[in-house]
Amino acid sequence: MYRIDFNKLRFLICDDNPHMRRILRTLLHSFGAREVYEAEDGATALEMYTHYVPDIVITDWSMPIFDGLELAQMIRQPESKGNPYAPIIMLTGHSEKRRVTVARDAGVTEFLAKPISAKGLYQRILNVVANPRPFIKTKTYFGPDRRRNTTNTYIGPERRGSGEVEVMQQPSLLEKARLGPGG
Amino acid sequence: MAKDKPGTIEVKSFGTHHVITQPNPLRKVLLRVPESDLDDPVGRAEKALAGLSGEFKEWMTIEADRLSAAHAAALRDGFNEQTREELFRAAHDIKGDAATFGYPSAAAAAESLCRIIEHAPDLDAVPPQLIAHHINAVQAIVRERTRLDTTVVAGVLSKQLRGIADEFLTHANRDRPEHLEAILAPSIVPNE
Repeated sequence: MYRIDFNKLRFLICDDNPHMRRILRTLLHSFGAREVYEAEDGATALEMYTHYVPDIVITDWSMPIFDGLELAQMIRQPESKGNPYAPIIMLTGHSEKRRVTVARDAGVTEFLAKPISAKGLYQRILNVVANPRPFIKTKTYFGPDRRRNTTNTYIGPERRGSGEVEVMQQPSLLEKARLGPGG
Repeated sequence: MAKDKPGTIEVKSFGTHHVITQPNPLRKVLLRVPESDLDDPVGRAEKALAGLSGEFKEWMTIEADRLSAAHAAALRDGFNEQTREELFRAAHDIKGDAATFGYPSAAAAAESLCRIIEHAPDLDAVPPQLIAHHINAVQAIVRERTRLDTTVVAGVLSKQLRGIADEFLTHANRDRPEHLEAILAPSIVPNE
């Protein structure tokens, strides 16, 4: 059996609603997290993301000016100097399936529809910690593999073309993130 | 914070895409514990949430008053981008938070209002009473929450409002298939 050592995780939560931020903070501290940073809009969150290099981002969708979707898109910039791979959990009042698809296409790792529950949040965190998915980079997308189902029973057009496999070794982006801008 | 040894990122390039895999940087926070481990982080968090519940009534009142203020601004200034956004955001917050605060019927009424704001072709053409009834319902549900006999009434009220709103939206969007599909699509949140 596995358990998460929350004590070693750094969280960034972004929600314009102070009550929801308080609830999130309470839940994360109860799980055992010590480092929880809070932002009330996407722009501040992006700044804090670069500065604090959180392990996991939990963001609301609807926020004034710069929303959670835009935040996810800004984080998922493969050429950025920050870490574009951090898990992003979208915690939102939106509960329509098409919203899940839009969030997924913006590079969101997990989607959690409100109302929030301790169990739902814990499960999403456990999932991103224990089962990270590879990242896919295409001309129009950079983010976690959107194919969660690995069975080979898919019937339909194959949108990912095949080709020669070329393996490139690159330094870890975590290392890059630690070195900071210009590193 | 969960620092692991920097691993190399493996990039496999295909015709139209790259598959990028890096060693799990969060692997070190996963602890193997015996089955007999009694630590219950979810239970602990639920208790902590229950400890906050004394503040929920006040929080809900603040959220409901924000909704009423946004509605008053829309009545005063008409629907423009700013008043529409603020009314939607206030309703959307209640939709997301109210069930956690113990007001699921207020969440349902707020969700119905969100659907009106999102899918009505022209908010100025929505009967003003339809919007006002949603605002009043949220206020009444919050105000009367402490009376034991109001829970069932609140549930019936929310369902009726949703029914009327859906009827209006279905008719108003009869020539807008994208909206119609969204209106009729089931929610991903299971019913209470």
